[in-house]
Amino acid sequence: MFRNSYDYDVTIWSPQGRLFQVEYAIEAVKFGSAIVGLKNTTDAVLVSLKKASSDLAAFKKKIIEIDEYLGVTYSGLTADAKLLTRFLRNECLSYRYTENVCIPAERLLEKLSRKMHVATQRYDQRPFGVGMLVAGFDSKGPHIYEACPSGTFFNCKAMTLGGRCQSARTYLEKNFSSFPDCNLEEIIKHGLRALQSTLPKNLNLTNQNVSIGVVGADCEFKIFSDEEVYNHLLLIEGENHRPDCDEFDEEDDNNEVS
Amino acid sequence: MSSIGTGYDLSASQFSPDGRVFQVEYAVKALENSGTVIGLKGKDGVVFAIEKLVTSKLYEPGANRRIFTVDKHIGMAVCGLIADARQIVDIARREAANYRSQYGVRIPLKYLNDRVSMYMHAYTLYSAVRPYGCSVILSSYDCTDGPAMYLIDPSGVSYGYHGCAVGKAKQAAKTEIEKLKLTNMSTQELVKEAAKIIYLVHDELKDKNFELELSWVCADTNGNHERVPESVFTEAEKCAKQAMDAESDSDGEDM
Amino acid sequence: MFNTVDAYSAPPLWKNGPSPCAFHNFPGTNCENNDFTQHSQAPVTTATSVIAFTFNTGVIIGGDLLASYGSLARYRNCPRVMKVNDNIIMGAGGDYADFQYVKDLVDQKIIEEDCLDDGFKLKPRSLYCWLTRIMYNRRSRFDPFWNNFVVGGIQEGLPFLGTVDKLGTAYEDNAICTGYGAHLALPLIRDALEKNPLMSEEEAKALLTKCMEVLFYRDARSYPKYQIGVITDDGVKIEGPLEVSQKWDLAHMIH
Repeated sequence: MFRNSYDYDVTIWSPQGRLFQVEYAIEAVKFGSAIVGLKNTTDAVLVSLKKASSDLAAFKKKIIEIDEYLGVTYSGLTADAKLLTRFLRNECLSYRYTENVCIPAERLLEKLSRKMHVATQRYDQRPFGVGMLVAGFDSKGPHIYEACPSGTFFNCKAMTLGGRCQSARTYLEKNFSSFPDCNLEEIIKHGLRALQSTLPKNLNLTNQNVSIGVVGADCEFKIFSDEEVYNHLLLIEGENHRPDCDEFDEEDDNNEVS
Repeated sequence: MSSIGTGYDLSASQFSPDGRVFQVEYAVKALENSGTVIGLKGKDGVVFAIEKLVTSKLYEPGANRRIFTVDKHIGMAVCGLIADARQIVDIARREAANYRSQYGVRIPLKYLNDRVSMYMHAYTLYSAVRPYGCSVILSSYDCTDGPAMYLIDPSGVSYGYHGCAVGKAKQAAKTEIEKLKLTNMSTQELVKEAAKIIYLVHDELKDKNFELELSWVCADTNGNHERVPESVFTEAEKCAKQAMDAESDSDGEDM
Repeated sequence: MFNTVDAYSAPPLWKNGPSPCAFHNFPGTNCENNDFTQHSQAPVTTATSVIAFTFNTGVIIGGDLLASYGSLARYRNCPRVMKVNDNIIMGAGGDYADFQYVKDLVDQKIIEEDCLDDGFKLKPRSLYCWLTRIMYNRRSRFDPFWNNFVVGGIQEGLPFLGTVDKLGTAYEDNAICTGYGAHLALPLIRDALEKNPLMSEEEAKALLTKCMEVLFYRDARSYPKYQIGVITDDGVKIEGPLEVSQKWDLAHMIH
């Protein structure tokens, strides 16, 4: 990697008006395993690939419930994500405490992005090295939001982050126009297919390494059990959505990220 | 780059030998990657128009706005890093609320401009923080004081303007704005002109997709800052597209 | 929340460092003085009962215009039935200054929500919950707002009516009266609602007028001029000042 003298602190602008520390933090998101978020007109779905740091270790939890109608999945530094999810839960609780309703997803994202942004402006902090997809449901329907280490957030039709997410992005871009017409089962299938496209040849989706979370008009945020995940995986059994090229090399085992 | 201040450009709290604060200048560079933002002040209001670049088709249309309402009567259009700009919006809202709680009336734009620009300036004084990578334009309309518009730079400098532009194509946009007789124009006319300018300066080769955002604060809205109504928006966009078509036709004839 | 210095000012640039506001805020806003504190132990300028109940399509709230200084009828034009937004009306009794302070907080809350422009509007149950938190918080610090608040509105198509007092005690009911009204007007309203559960707006107004009249004759802190707030699906109406039609000829013994 090239070196320059403008990249060692987040309080330094480069002569081109870039913030290298923030850009590097965005790189950290790619270290994590792939995550996918997508929605139809009634439900928002998160699908994530779980990793285990060793054969003896359990798979890390990738989808986290925040409130009745809100859940997140993340890619990047696990510890940063833990901190941020705790922050999100606190914000939801305090909103619920004062207003007696679940916080609208957009207002929550504003709070999250503000917190993430502050860390990009001061020498005593570093940007959060985590990208998040938030699934939420409120009176304006289902939402998928992407939160980025730079402190920006985007309201998305569908989104994917994490390692090798490019092929999942290609899948989503090809298919997103059909998503509004899908029913819940179909939309989950799309999510699984997009996730599968990120896998190297020798790895398959199993109910061990896949996590699915759903929130919708009739269902509070719920993370599927192993059995439910298995049943949904059966629906796309035999399909292969990996891009043909196999120049993918083995992903490096970085235990601090997931 | 004319001169990169070797060694003297790593901190906002350091002058270079020729008396410049390079970090602030670099922050200004961040604006040049951002979509163009223009503000036009006419006889009875102020209009904002924004070229919001859409970097992925997976984003929802209409989301991730760049025009904000600070207080009912004050609009803010932002250019540069959106996350930085949100912080400024937040501070401006706090200042507006603070003024209201102390004086019981809405904050005059002059005072808000003072406070926000000094806030941004504070971030150019220390090595512990970095200057903001965004510019903001503030607008308001008052039935006694008339329309007002200010542009604040990352350095914390601010000026009042009749017409201003920041972002990628600010030079081209300024040239277009200078052709208008701003002080005689109504907001209805300005909306169309603003949309036209954004379409004109948009560089289709570099950035494929963009969304137009329009807002106004004027006599017709009772001095409230609002996004322009659907009908006005579609009308303005139609005019802009027609103007573009006409232009490309005449270009063709010249060749 | 109550310490406006915290709520409205920007955080320091770094821990224990200067705040950006130090450069542009007014002197004297930072008035922390921890030598002693005086908690309110009694209301000062007070307003009397609030009368409120639901009818078939909405909620009606009434309150007179008097602010008393002890038993002195001191200020005679103090409205205390307010529109919060298109979903909510609010009435208040008790200390008038406390009401004005809380009113400013509520108004600011609505302005901030309008500025967000994200399509979500405060609902009556949320405001009722928020007020409850505030009132209970203050009473827990032994420094209550000396008020009774009554919140009315339409939520999910149904009329909502709730109240919270200075202790943070909160409940919902279809008829709520505070102060002297709880003794004199509430039985009348309950009786009427029992006989006619699907009361029309007209009937509701007539009943409220009757209650104001009864209260005026018997409550020594009341006043013949009053306001009515009505909320239905059609929106909010604040009417008044209305006047109790007084008949003193029956009091021929008093001279």
